[in-house]
Amino acid sequence: MNRAVALRRWLAVWASYLQAGDVLTLGVALGVCVLSALTLWQGGHPDKAIIRAGGRVFAEVDLNAPRVVEVPGPIGTTRIEVQPGRARVAADPGPRQYCVRQGWLSSAGAVAICAPNEVSLSLSGRTADYDSLNY
Amino acid sequence: MTPSTTEIELKPTADDHRVARHAAAAIVLTVAEAAIPLPLPGIKPGLANIITLVVLARWGWREAAWVALLRVLVGSLLLGQFLAPGFFLSLTGGVMSLVVLGLAMHLPKRWFGPVSQSVLAAFAHIGGQVLVARVWLVPHDGVFYLVPVFALAATVFGLVNGLIAARLLSEELAEKGVSAADVGK
Repeated sequence: MNRAVALRRWLAVWASYLQAGDVLTLGVALGVCVLSALTLWQGGHPDKAIIRAGGRVFAEVDLNAPRVVEVPGPIGTTRIEVQPGRARVAADPGPRQYCVRQGWLSSAGAVAICAPNEVSLSLSGRTADYDSLNY
Repeated sequence: MTPSTTEIELKPTADDHRVARHAAAAIVLTVAEAAIPLPLPGIKPGLANIITLVVLARWGWREAAWVALLRVLVGSLLLGQFLAPGFFLSLTGGVMSLVVLGLAMHLPKRWFGPVSQSVLAAFAHIGGQVLVARVWLVPHDGVFYLVPVFALAATVFGLVNGLIAARLLSEELAEKGVSAADVGK
């Protein structure tokens, strides 16, 4: 109890050296901290899904709204599901289902490849988390 | 003894002594601070800036600039950093914050105290350092990834240094008030 009072008094003494403009300056400074964190630390966030079929870009889909894209390939149709901020291969006619089992992709630069059907799904953003991917 | 004709005699004025005293205090703080372990390179409390702020308020910008630049120079010599990258970072930061302090000292005194000056100078300091780092030391945008951390450090240490400077200045004024009263008796 006494300690709390002493602490409050100690803080009050230091706060007495703050003027109105100083509080304003501190507020702006904290604002700069938060804003810079928000703008500079969203590097890995993807903003687009690029779907390729047979080596050519089939569709570029914004990751804002949910959507399903059906991509025809040599052995059937690959179904790609897009949700805000992420995308996945929901169904694929390939025998081993590797691209389906990768699940949701949510970081820029991530890729799911359905080789038998020649379809790939990749996410792009301003800055990618990966420089390159090898399989 | 006749003075030789080649001998140059320097007569330090009272101003020179004062600059030297303040610079010495700032250098001590710089060296002491170097012993504090900190998690990220580039983040330091910058306690020596308390001296710069006090000198700025009491003796003006010119003397504050002398004290700050002497501190950067001698501090780097003592720590073995002279002309190393860290020296140029300190120098840029020091020059940038002096420029900003030169502007901030004209803010209305009624509203803005040493804390504002300290925070603004701290931001100028990291701003200059990050730019030098980006252009020269780490030519990659990855440097900017650390900006929020530096900004937070500038806010916190700017506040702390500013508060200490404000307290020192007000205590100084109080002492003067007392001595003036004594003279009046």
